[in-house]
Amino acid sequence: MIDPRLNRPFADLWRELPPARDFFLLQGLPQPLPDQTPAAYFAGLGSEVLTEAAASASDLAQAFARFLAALATLETDAPSVASLTILGGRDKHGRAENLELTLVPGDVAALVGPTGSGKSRFLADIEWLAHGDTPTGRRVLLDGHPCDAAVRLSASGRLIAQLSQNMQFVMDLTVTDFLLAHAESRLVADGVGAAAEVIALANELSGEAFSPTTALPALSGGQSRALMIADVARLCASPIVLVDELENAGIDRRKAIELLTGSGKIVLMATHDPLLALLAGRRLVFAAGAVAAVMETSPAEKNCLTALAAADARLSALREALRHGRQLRFTHEGDDHA
Amino acid sequence: MQLLTVAGPPSSGKTSILLRLACVLARRGRSLGVVKFDCLASRDREIFTQAGIPCLTGLSGALCPDHFFVCNAADAFAWGQGRGVSVLAIESAGLCNRCAPHIEGVLALCVVDSLSGIDTPAKIGPMLRLADVVAVTKGDVVSQAEREVFAFRVRRANPRATVLFVNGLTGQGAEALAHVVGAAPDTTGLDGATLRFTMPAAVCSYCLGQRKIGLDHQMGNVRKMDFGQDAS
Repeated sequence: MIDPRLNRPFADLWRELPPARDFFLLQGLPQPLPDQTPAAYFAGLGSEVLTEAAASASDLAQAFARFLAALATLETDAPSVASLTILGGRDKHGRAENLELTLVPGDVAALVGPTGSGKSRFLADIEWLAHGDTPTGRRVLLDGHPCDAAVRLSASGRLIAQLSQNMQFVMDLTVTDFLLAHAESRLVADGVGAAAEVIALANELSGEAFSPTTALPALSGGQSRALMIADVARLCASPIVLVDELENAGIDRRKAIELLTGSGKIVLMATHDPLLALLAGRRLVFAAGAVAAVMETSPAEKNCLTALAAADARLSALREALRHGRQLRFTHEGDDHA
Repeated sequence: MQLLTVAGPPSSGKTSILLRLACVLARRGRSLGVVKFDCLASRDREIFTQAGIPCLTGLSGALCPDHFFVCNAADAFAWGQGRGVSVLAIESAGLCNRCAPHIEGVLALCVVDSLSGIDTPAKIGPMLRLADVVAVTKGDVVSQAEREVFAFRVRRANPRATVLFVNGLTGQGAEALAHVVGAAPDTTGLDGATLRFTMPAAVCSYCLGQRKIGLDHQMGNVRKMDFGQDAS
């Protein structure tokens, strides 16, 4: 059957489905004219072009029709999640894992335990929406239900956004161009506005402001991290964010976590930083490949947070002093800069 | 036996991904065999053998690696059957971006590395464009936004493909890949099977070993570039 779209001018197709243009670029075909129809375009291709494309005119027309059909069904966004439930499986020794954990948007959970205790496997189980079919035997439910294979495949790689201290920007673009590229990939209507908002948020998080025209590779560690956090909070569709440690590079980490939870994310933090861990409502303690305990952050622990934050601020102040070439002073009484 | 063609630029992580895939398959009582086509020396056979995966390497040497691959594909299949593996992966290293080893009716996997730049999906041609599954590797070291932009460009280049993030270091994503491989059709043989894309045309004097440069030495299928008026 002939796709009716092949008989409409390209100008119409471009308007409805702008990425349809990519087909010609990708195949190395000459760009069609706006008032041409695909049917006429393909029929008019010369033999040299067809040889180069290694296909007949009708093959190409069919390939274009398939490309259009597939583009129209492309989902750009991750599934929205009202609740995430993880049901225990078993540990490395085959013992049952006693776990029934439900997280909702805005929840923050810390993952703690030594290397090899099962944190990565736990995240992989969530990302693949495990259904008793991974080595742990865990089951992961979205909104209380198991997901079928099609949902699992399409969610693959989109469910969990990651913020890790190993990550770097590799693109050689200015901050604005980079954010516009990200907004474009999400089909965000007002890309310029979104980019400006992300930059403002990032500058709030990091001590040292950067400009929209700064090149990504020129950002400091703290600025990069702040930009990544603000970008994930505002421009990333994934409902779950994994924070894999957040170094203290002059970023207001409490504000960073609040920004993520305020954007409706479920936040998982793999961290052994007490200040960060205490921001979580509970801690999952990993051992032997399973969650050995779920600890609620107690009121007493929450109380420690004030003192810890003060100690952290003192250390940050010392860093600032170093940066500005001042003498360091650090006393038991806390009057470092008296 | 299920068959899988694997293509991707050099060092994109094809071998690591196959090692991860083999682990997941093994847990499900299934075995993987690998035939690896390469241009020059390859250490991969050693790596696969160490992991207990039957592997055979073919080096194209002075021949066009793509043509070398097609001429040996059916034999590779027979080798896999002889070894009794449940899944055979035929891997061709980078080759030239003009080519794709993918075969009609056989699951086609393309491996691309998210560090390779956002224009890569548009640049690597038929090996990605004609794949059924695209595995994006090394996603753990680039920012989340770049991961997303990269995946978006991959989907735009091949909207029909299933795009998966697979991490060769941690194995994250290998389960999803094993799921797709598990659903691949059973292949009974490659005799009479059709390539998804034609191989590059060749046969010029340089195919036959000519090394001299210049008009007098060019014969056969030769095409000249247009350098405009100034060139003489």
